[in-house]
Amino acid sequence: MRYIITFIILFLNWIIWSGQFDAWHLTLGIISCALVTYLSHDLLFKRERFQKKDITETIRFIKYVPWLLYQIILANVHVAKIALNPRMPIQPSLITFRTKLKKGISLLTFGNSITLTPGTITAEIRGGEYYIVHALDRAVADDLLTGEMENRVAHIFEED
Amino acid sequence: MIILTILAIIFILGGVFFFTTATIGLLRFPDFYCRMHATGKGDTLGALLAVTGLAIYNLHHGFSLATILVSIKIIFIAVFIFLANPTATHAIMRAGLDSDVEPWTKKEVPK
Repeated sequence: MRYIITFIILFLNWIIWSGQFDAWHLTLGIISCALVTYLSHDLLFKRERFQKKDITETIRFIKYVPWLLYQIILANVHVAKIALNPRMPIQPSLITFRTKLKKGISLLTFGNSITLTPGTITAEIRGGEYYIVHALDRAVADDLLTGEMENRVAHIFEED
Repeated sequence: MIILTILAIIFILGGVFFFTTATIGLLRFPDFYCRMHATGKGDTLGALLAVTGLAIYNLHHGFSLATILVSIKIIFIAVFIFLANPTATHAIMRAGLDSDVEPWTKKEVPK
């Protein structure tokens, strides 16, 4: 099953990037996609069979993306306001907090999300447990410490 | 097709605006870490908007398979920027921490 799905994804990519629809290029595509599928079939999908969990995770992640895009726009407006403000109201600080997330993929998503949301950048994830975050002012640090985003990420990857 | 051109202009101008504020922030902020805030965020949205604008502008010749394929490729660039930029920002930030760059803090003003 995962062979077929991996092959279809690879071949769609091939078609998009090549843009050639004659028999020669399509045959080349089929051969190389089949070879890559055979060699690296376990990279894209870890498990042999699909479980219901995989699908719910994907749907939840897709729901999370619009919220993240909205946060990114807020983040840029926030930085733009500070950069253009003549008095530059910043109060930078490093904050450390403990996370309840466990899986690698949720740590990664949470880290990237912190970087993209207003006024905070992930500096380090120490031991997969402690986040060290640089915050531009106190207000955004307090927003992060309420844990709203962490709950959203946990909801995607760590709940059944 | 005039609507597409106008949309593209709006997107590209938005991108230019955020690139500009990112540059101003880069010049004005006091230390390394704060500057990362300006570039790490401003560049992501700026590049996303500018590249999306180009993808839309590319369609103003008319919808055909060729132009749509090119637009999809341009959108792929946006997706890769979206994934790579926060990661790179984080890597540079961490390199700064590892080499003990002192973060700038506001001096507490006695009340």
